[in-house]
Amino acid sequence: MPIEFEPPKPILQTQFVLKTVAEEMMRAKSRYFDEHEHEIPWDYIEFMHNAMKAMGAGSLAPKEKSSSEGEEGKGERGNGKRPPIGYQMLAAQIEALAWGDVGMYLCTPGGGLGAAAVQAAGTPEQKEKFLARFAGEKPTFAAMCMTEAGAGSDTASIRARAVLDEKTNEWVINGEKIFVTAGDKSLTEYEKLGKGFIVVWASIDPSAGRAGMRAFVVEAGTPGVKVTKLERKMGIRVSDTAAISLVDVRVPFDHLLGSPTIEKTTTGFKGAMATFDATRPLVAASGIGVARAALEFLKEKLAENGIQIRYGLPRQKLTNIEREVIDMEVMLRSAWLMVIKAVWMADNKKPNALESSMSKVKAGDVTTKITQKVVEILGPLGYSREFLAEKWFRDAKITDIYEGTGQINRLVVARQILGYSGAELR
Amino acid sequence: MYSFDPTEEQQMLIEAVNKYAVNDLRAAAREAEESGELPAKLVSKGWELGLLQASIPEAYGGFGERSAVTGVLALEAMSFGDLAGTLAVMTPALFAMPILLVGNEEQKQFWLPKVIEGDWRPYTAALIEYAFDFDPLALRTTAVRQGEEYVLSGEKAFVPFAKEAEAILVYANLDGVTQGFIVSKNTAGLTISNEREKLMSLNALPMYRVKLDEVKVPASNRLGGASGHDFEPLLASMRVAAASAAVGVANAAFEYSKNYAKEREAFGVKIAQKQAVAFMLAEMRTEIEAIRLLTWEAAWKLDNGKEDAYIEAYLASTGAIDMAMMVTDRAVQILGGHGYIRDHPVEMWMRNGRGFATFTGLAIV
Repeated sequence: MPIEFEPPKPILQTQFVLKTVAEEMMRAKSRYFDEHEHEIPWDYIEFMHNAMKAMGAGSLAPKEKSSSEGEEGKGERGNGKRPPIGYQMLAAQIEALAWGDVGMYLCTPGGGLGAAAVQAAGTPEQKEKFLARFAGEKPTFAAMCMTEAGAGSDTASIRARAVLDEKTNEWVINGEKIFVTAGDKSLTEYEKLGKGFIVVWASIDPSAGRAGMRAFVVEAGTPGVKVTKLERKMGIRVSDTAAISLVDVRVPFDHLLGSPTIEKTTTGFKGAMATFDATRPLVAASGIGVARAALEFLKEKLAENGIQIRYGLPRQKLTNIEREVIDMEVMLRSAWLMVIKAVWMADNKKPNALESSMSKVKAGDVTTKITQKVVEILGPLGYSREFLAEKWFRDAKITDIYEGTGQINRLVVARQILGYSGAELR
Repeated sequence: MYSFDPTEEQQMLIEAVNKYAVNDLRAAAREAEESGELPAKLVSKGWELGLLQASIPEAYGGFGERSAVTGVLALEAMSFGDLAGTLAVMTPALFAMPILLVGNEEQKQFWLPKVIEGDWRPYTAALIEYAFDFDPLALRTTAVRQGEEYVLSGEKAFVPFAKEAEAILVYANLDGVTQGFIVSKNTAGLTISNEREKLMSLNALPMYRVKLDEVKVPASNRLGGASGHDFEPLLASMRVAAASAAVGVANAAFEYSKNYAKEREAFGVKIAQKQAVAFMLAEMRTEIEAIRLLTWEAAWKLDNGKEDAYIEAYLASTGAIDMAMMVTDRAVQILGGHGYIRDHPVEMWMRNGRGFATFTGLAIV
């Protein structure tokens, strides 16, 4: 297919539907949940669960076998000839929901990053076993536990350990994990929720370094695992960020995702990294939703004050505000196109490590810059908690931090373009 | 549907153009820049690639149809070799494309075959004016209707090949609206400067000032005929063209400095192995990709008659100004002292890079 920028119809339809959801279910509650940290947005969770069930899907993750179907991508159903748009749909959905409230979007039931890890690193049996629950009666969550107090982006320094008890053929896991998005909703057995799980990264052989790193599924209710703390954050306050401790947690042998054999290669670790190739543009999309919300709000306020943006003028003739707005539009649109390209590559099974990380670098930059600029330009209106601009400023910052900081993603991009290994470019 | 794959045909074209850009244009670029002489053979060879010819339907002597997307792909590939050479090869497009896009039937029938049949011929256009706040939408050069004629007055700058041009498409302000007028050579009142423009770069591209002292042209020479034409689609086409050329130049600077950084050693390692340098390169690549995609989308919108094509072309060219400056500046920085020496091309690309704030009107797709 030639170069084309026509958004697929199902995506346009979804965006249209989600705008209403974003306005009515999310925006209307944004301030309340920002000011009531650690309250759970049950209305949103149940609404989304029912909506997704009605669409015949259990989570926001595209299904591997039928990736042409986003859960609201009904227009694509049953037509195998069209190119798949699963990830494109997902990116559009996430952007639209994040436009409503990115913290609340992170409370969308479904597998999240936990399921993404199972998708990327699990065997077909494991996918069957762990992913079916998201289509169940109750909204269900899963989370990814990688970060530790002493290991953020440097995941090879993870200290959590998993030891095989050969008598019972169980893995015994010990460790302390932090910054687990939706960790509470994945582990704590709330009555309104189905049984969730966390995916814990731990070493089965510390002497093997990265090669010894494996991912384990730990289900809610497993003895020894518990949420020890809910973080208090700058933004995205409605989304729970948990610290989780694992003390002699026993899981069956087949809860290890992928192969237990230690090879000289870093297969296990690459599993985690493959997850990131898929999820980085999606995180980028969530940031872009926030930035778009902020920029649209700024333009509304400017219009209310009789300020029009005179597109087409040479810069020398623009007012400062016009120039700022135009520059922000350049940033926002180009960042979005980078996301679209990265997910389009994922849909078409093209290796996208470079594009995926570039989209995250770009989105991290523009999301923070745009929201910061919007608060600046709006002056007291931007800084006041009467409006949401200041909240978007706080929410946006996380985009450049989670799923690999801007710096880590620059490192990934640099290694890709230079053809360097991790050893050559540290 | 979204798609980012050029067609097979476009891919072949890009490869052919790229070969010419690297083997011919770039090989000759430094000497041309220093001497101010662009070998005519070099230009003919670029002309024979048939980019403009392929944009024009058979009825007017060409062998294809216009595609802004193909245009930006080709311009990026050619500018990757050398900007001055690219603008020289494509100068006749400044005259032909507006006629194709908004000219009336007679103008197309009369002019297009003259421009595109046979060898490269000097046909050009004059848009830019010598003022810090030059604005294509508020020109100082005026056109006034007098009976069956228009009278053009003013001064144009940076007009490529004006000296030898068979005809110049002059843009002027007609009652507040920018309109094109075809002015043949030797028309009374038309004066081309003896001296060429002396600019910070593009020395290889002969450019001139053009004075219009009550130049009278028949009313039928107004682009589009009696009712004239919209200027927006032309300006948008010029802007995406400038943006794609900026992407090409920036990509040249990026690739060159990347390769240099992988060769150059300091403190026992290649400088590309230092994060300070590697991150610069990562950001350069990211910004190039950002503006490339924006340019593609703007071009696609032009091809598909999307309402916001004009705005997106503006965004692309605006973004390209900053991207080109940032990338080319960093390329020089990565080469350090060597980057500042004229033995390497990066300093020339950096001088090109600053120009994109001013170059709208020197290329069109």
